Amino acid sequence: MKDPMNLVVAGVGGQGNILISEILAKAAAAVGYKVTVGESYGMSQRGGSVTSHIRLSRKALYGPIIPAGCADVIIGFEPVETARAASDFGSHNVKIIVNPRPVYPVGVLMGKDNYPEIDILLGKLKDISEKVYYIESTAIASQAGNPVMQNIVMVGALAGFNHLFIPKDTFVRIICQVVPKKVLDLNKNAFNMGYDAAQKLNYI
Amino acid sequence: MGWKDVIEGRPGEKVLLNGNEAIARGAIEAGVCFASSYPGSPTTEIIETLAKVPAGEIYTEWSVNEIVALEGAAAASFAGLRAMCVMKSDGLNVAFDFLTSMNLGGCKGGLVVAVADDPQGHSSVKEYDSRYLAKAAMVPVLEPSNVEEAKVMVIHAFELSERIKGPVILRSVTRISHSRGLVVLENQLERNRTAFFPSGECFLTKTVFHMKARDRVKKAAVVLEECGLNFAEGPEQADTAIFCSGTSLLYAREAVNILGINGDIKLVRVGTTFPLPENFIISQLRGVKNVIFAEEIRPFLEEGVMLLYARNFDHKVRFFGKLSGDVAGARGSSCGEMNVDIILKALDCVKGIHYDKPGYPPDKIEEIKALIPPREYAMCPGCPHRASFWAVKTAIAVDGRDCIVAGDIGCYCLGAWDTGFNLFDTLHCMGAGPAIAGGLSKLGRFGLKRPALTFVGDSTFYHAVIPGLINGQYSDSDFLCVVLDNGVTAMTGHQPHPGTEITVDGVAMNKILIEDIVKGFGVKCEIADPFDNNAVTEKVCEMLREPGVKVLILQQECALVSGRKNRHKKRVYVDQSLCRGDACGCSRFCTSVWGCPGNIWDHKAEKAAIDEAVCAGCGVCASLCPAGAIVVEGRG
Repeated sequence: MKDPMNLVVAGVGGQGNILISEILAKAAAAVGYKVTVGESYGMSQRGGSVTSHIRLSRKALYGPIIPAGCADVIIGFEPVETARAASDFGSHNVKIIVNPRPVYPVGVLMGKDNYPEIDILLGKLKDISEKVYYIESTAIASQAGNPVMQNIVMVGALAGFNHLFIPKDTFVRIICQVVPKKVLDLNKNAFNMGYDAAQKLNYI
Repeated sequence: MGWKDVIEGRPGEKVLLNGNEAIARGAIEAGVCFASSYPGSPTTEIIETLAKVPAGEIYTEWSVNEIVALEGAAAASFAGLRAMCVMKSDGLNVAFDFLTSMNLGGCKGGLVVAVADDPQGHSSVKEYDSRYLAKAAMVPVLEPSNVEEAKVMVIHAFELSERIKGPVILRSVTRISHSRGLVVLENQLERNRTAFFPSGECFLTKTVFHMKARDRVKKAAVVLEECGLNFAEGPEQADTAIFCSGTSLLYAREAVNILGINGDIKLVRVGTTFPLPENFIISQLRGVKNVIFAEEIRPFLEEGVMLLYARNFDHKVRFFGKLSGDVAGARGSSCGEMNVDIILKALDCVKGIHYDKPGYPPDKIEEIKALIPPREYAMCPGCPHRASFWAVKTAIAVDGRDCIVAGDIGCYCLGAWDTGFNLFDTLHCMGAGPAIAGGLSKLGRFGLKRPALTFVGDSTFYHAVIPGLINGQYSDSDFLCVVLDNGVTAMTGHQPHPGTEITVDGVAMNKILIEDIVKGFGVKCEIADPFDNNAVTEKVCEMLREPGVKVLILQQECALVSGRKNRHKKRVYVDQSLCRGDACGCSRFCTSVWGCPGNIWDHKAEKAAIDEAVCAGCGVCASLCPAGAIVVEGRG
């Protein structure tokens, strides 16, 4: 496996980046990686972009910012934020897992800015990246019981693609540790549905 | 979250913590007894974690501001206990008067001031290098390079503080405080936990104590030479060295690894940036022809090392840093945060090793970026500030005298931008608004005819507003101070304050009422609900016309807090048979002007709509819609 492995999680404040980077980092640590997570979330509750950088290595401890063009995997909770992160950190080697459901910026809602056609935007990424996988994580999470669990669906998808070589069981064990008991079953269900969605895409 | 591991983890365990949790754990291992802070990003998890330590072991406090926090912590130090005071870089300015005074007389129990700078301003209005203040105050500075080291350095800082009998600053940055890494937990040190302040032992400030502070720095320099926090890696003899501090060590390592030149470049990590370990630095400069500096924000290490070089060497060394302009990111030198790419660029300049940056072709990046709209900060759905700003904006228009609006710092600093209707004319630091409004109101004799109004938050009120209001009253100024009272320190994650009814550890307290305070010094004070928008507009119009200092408290709970209470929220929807679409003449008021994320435009119907998943149910838009098309269920 490539070392270091660099992941970007890109989304909007309130979409649950922080929990996801905690789950990914703990799962990676559990299988022996040295882990660094860099997060910027100071103003995130105010509807801004939130990105987390997760860096895994067997050899060394890496810094909290991924160099330009060096992401191996981008998990995008929102199309425009995915494209924003990809334009900085993507390359022809990057695999992108994206939730295609938009969260409109306030400038778009106010009619000042335009939101791009999602298929055109993601199509451009597809042309120049190794892979772009659509995971309808908000829709899947709604089926699982609550659309806010789209972040857990995306973790399931990442596990299903097995880009990190972290066993499914390890993810489930960490989810049991970090998710409150009363919503644990819902979250496990969301994780499994994300996992299955990715497995299906893997065999296409 | 990591706080559980910090408190319940056993020695020897390796746990994932963020930098703030690691700092809290370091303080626990060092035997801290007293911890105080005013909330500021990126530091809040330090106190939030320490407050969860089982009752009685550590006194924790959300203080009303940073100088009060530091004074309290110093008191514990005077009584021989280990104490920590936490603040963001801006907070050090507030605490600075006491810091410079106290550091003359010194203290006793270890006193660590954990300050987090915010390079790039991820959660601040300014990016500020606190090391220059530390140097001015003659307080030593330790700078960790990763999360685990943040914990270790806290313990070093306490020990150093006790050896020199003065405070020590631990400088974190956002990329330490808000990063996560694995931390090995260690045993808690057996420490004195009995407060003892014997009569006759004094802590005083006096001009001649300047000499004591100077000697303390000298002593710290001796201790820091041997502390193990400064080290070099790579070849002993190299023509080029990268001097780095903080996270830049990790970026520099990665840069030389990417270029495959680990064998040719020496990395010199300076963990104690003030006072500098002179002998160590001089030994590392020997035989070196080029020096690159990698550090966060300003050229602090760079200046220190260059001064040492000027005094000690006559061989030629070329220095590449922020001063020469060679170490610079997208914002130019001394602005923005450090990263691997900046160091790669500097190595290209010094060693001529070109780095082919991976990534998409530049023309493709341009194509993608052209499609991406900006994502500006926005007030939350149902935020009471939006309602307050709208009512005041309307009142100013009705008043017709072009009122000047002085802003202040909190979530409501968004009043300076689109989401807050670009209402602010000035925006600076906490507490600046009332005094600026007071100053403006004195300019009538010089021809300024515009009235003045200022917005402050409730937490800001206790922190810094009271002197400005008293000054206004005393100087017979004329301005209206609008207090946006949402019941918590919202911006930094809903920490309690004296108006919240609880303390940091959840103990119930009586509210200290803002209206009681201002009435106490004779200022007229009224209270209103910003969701009762038209009434607030009338009230503001009326109060703007009255002479003197006036306070209007607009009370409504933070939308995030009320949302979490899971109360049944009112359903708000658009009756599209009443919405007149673009024929209305309102220019799509609800979406294009009001700008709440819950108000959306239904492009198929060409009419307004509500995104019910996002809407918080405040119903203010319903009272503003000129067609009365927005319906609040259950409202008559």
